[in-house]
Amino acid sequence: MTHHTPKYFLSGAVALAASLSFAAGTPAMAGKEDNTLNVAFASEPEPLDTYKIAGREGLILARHIFDGLLYKNLDTGEIVPALAESWEFTGPLTMEFTLRKGVKFHNGAEFTADDVVETLNTVITPEYGTRYSISVDWIESVEKLADDKVRINMSKPFAGAVEMLADALPIYPHEFFAENGSEGMAATPIGTGPYKLVSQEPGIRYEMERFADHYEGSPKSGATIDKIIVRTMPEMNTQYAELMSGDLDWIWRIPPDQATQLESRVQIISAPIMRIGYVGFAPESLGGDSPIADKRVRQALIHATNRAAITDAFAGGASKVLNTPCNPAQFGCEQDVTVYEYDPEKARALLAEAGYEDGFEMEMVFAAMPRPTAEAIAADLAKVGVTLILNEQQYAAGIGQWRAKELPAFFSNWGSYGIGDTAFILSNFFGGGDDDLVQNPELAEWLTVADSASDRDVRAENYSMAVKKIVDEAYWMPMYNFNVNYGLADDLNFTPHPDEFARWWNSSWK
Amino acid sequence: MLGYISKRLLVAFCVCATVSAISFALMFLSGDPAIAIAGAGGRAQDAEAVRIAYGFDRPIVTQYLDWIGSALTGDLGRSIYFNVPVTEIIGNRVGVTLRLGVLSFLLALVVAVPLGIAAALRPNGWIDRLALVLAVTGQAIPSFWLGLMAIVVFGVWYGWVPISGAETWQGYILPVIVLSYYAMPAMMRITRSGMIDVLATDYIRAARAKGLPMGTVIFRHALRNAVLPLVSLAAVQLGLLLSGSIVIESVFALNGLGRLAWESLLRSDLPVVQAIILILSLLYVLLTTLADILNAVLDPRLRGVS
Repeated sequence: MTHHTPKYFLSGAVALAASLSFAAGTPAMAGKEDNTLNVAFASEPEPLDTYKIAGREGLILARHIFDGLLYKNLDTGEIVPALAESWEFTGPLTMEFTLRKGVKFHNGAEFTADDVVETLNTVITPEYGTRYSISVDWIESVEKLADDKVRINMSKPFAGAVEMLADALPIYPHEFFAENGSEGMAATPIGTGPYKLVSQEPGIRYEMERFADHYEGSPKSGATIDKIIVRTMPEMNTQYAELMSGDLDWIWRIPPDQATQLESRVQIISAPIMRIGYVGFAPESLGGDSPIADKRVRQALIHATNRAAITDAFAGGASKVLNTPCNPAQFGCEQDVTVYEYDPEKARALLAEAGYEDGFEMEMVFAAMPRPTAEAIAADLAKVGVTLILNEQQYAAGIGQWRAKELPAFFSNWGSYGIGDTAFILSNFFGGGDDDLVQNPELAEWLTVADSASDRDVRAENYSMAVKKIVDEAYWMPMYNFNVNYGLADDLNFTPHPDEFARWWNSSWK
Repeated sequence: MLGYISKRLLVAFCVCATVSAISFALMFLSGDPAIAIAGAGGRAQDAEAVRIAYGFDRPIVTQYLDWIGSALTGDLGRSIYFNVPVTEIIGNRVGVTLRLGVLSFLLALVVAVPLGIAAALRPNGWIDRLALVLAVTGQAIPSFWLGLMAIVVFGVWYGWVPISGAETWQGYILPVIVLSYYAMPAMMRITRSGMIDVLATDYIRAARAKGLPMGTVIFRHALRNAVLPLVSLAAVQLGLLLSGSIVIESVFALNGLGRLAWESLLRSDLPVVQAIILILSLLYVLLTTLADILNAVLDPRLRGVS
């Protein structure tokens, strides 16, 4: 069927064989005994200067080491104080923060306003090379008002500012940072977080210890696990074997079929995340001269795809079919929209109406999505006469072609940086920028208002109009929200969160 | 002999330069590295900033010449992903790959040569049949499958050896055995066929007719000629083991050069990929040149001595 088949078969065989091992021997549960959490990632974490990295692995480690001014409680959706004791908007473009006293960095330095000023003023400069400009380009400058007071001057209205300050912009110790820069921070990450890094072989092995002087009142306080050892183990089957033999306590991103096989032997948790799968249609592509430029064709393609069956078969776990081009968990993601049921007859009728009763041929590039899912879409579309030519590419190549307006359809996914606000998805694809191959000025206008208004009702109203328009015009075929399967030692308590940031400081042994 | 070696080295240099230029061009054909580095969440302006910061906006030829110029002075650039000098990362990883490759090669050789000789002495005998089974299974079973089975049986069921990692020497036991099992068949078969050919020659018959002990005939007279093709093959095999252990490094979570190359390729970390390609092509060329020289030493006819 596909080139994945032998791999799946093999994985199944290994999982089964490893499962049988329980009959043969008792695994050693070293983690709980010495209060050490043993973790494996399949990908190598990037250097731990948070501002320059994109991968979740490095960011997870960094969030244990560093703190931001604020923190978001994902259970309540509330933004709570972290390094800042309190904060307020003192003008449309100014925010003031009163900082917490008595906070210490891992190197013993006292946390003050200088740390906030030095860190943020450095990372906003283009020379620093902060990875995602969206995270800092709204900051004009940061001023010290007193030892425990700072003011952030914004360069533009940005509704996501508070979300960004909630742990996405960590504060570095100013003297060490000024002296050693990004490289120094990556080599010796020093923060105020609940864990300090005691050793690292970059990309391979990291050892963190609970920080005894972690400040009281921190939203990350209460860590009970003494030590966390993180290793890179690229082969998932090896991870399963180590989890079952008790040498690992925490693994993640287990494919759905494997999770099903493993759940009788280890603790498996499936949790929905912010990332969603989508097929983007590009009316502007190929000079606007493609069937996809016709709204009826786009609607027909959505009606022709059995998204519920595809979601069940390939995403599994906590994934659900989406009707909107955003995650229902995000603020502003209106759910009262037109629903495109699976209806091949209606699809045929719409195609005939658009003059394609004999169907047509269309290319769809897919990137960072499984081939079987793309093939399932193609199979469904074939039933209404549309031949989808599948072209698998690396994300960079795919999005490059998309931006060059060469693709009528692009099947990929978007994680919104793990942030629960529609601003972090819609504006990228419909706000008039390079990734927007719809270029609808009305949409772009609504999104601009929604992204910059400070009034939540105004934001919600404008996002609602935008979401409804995108759905009615069928600019996207939203597929499903992703879920992550975690494999855990039986005696580990761990609560997953939709932003894909593991919070081991909240973990404990049963 | 010196002239021969100098010519070989000149060719070697040209091969390396060509390989490295082609690979440089191919990397750019596989997608825009700036977008890859900007990441899956990177917007067009993020990719643009990367393009300028890393000089990807310059003509590809300029980028290549700059890189090769620095490489000649020993500066292989900085890893974009790890933000440290490439030489530092490679230095950290090369030890694992060298240990894995060389140990697997030696184990394969130690098994393949005696087995090949024993099989050749009694074609279709039980040792020959055993060797055939080993050769066929070694070639037919994918090494990643064998690796995973070894993990399950010896690591999980019996718990004799560590499953992963290179923190202790025991961590190398399973990967070395699996990798050598993959490398052994070709060397064994070439020893066997070389030996069978040589044993059928007149000078061996003459030696045996003179009443020389069998050991002397095999090891002093036959082996020297039988191993000539093995020397060339072994050089290629060692090169393959050093460059092609990506799968085994992944399965056993050994963070060596193979894995580094693969991961760097996926994340478009061009300086690292380029450095590894250069090092591996140099290594190949060096090994094959050494094999040619060794063959010339073993067989005077190859260096024109009558």
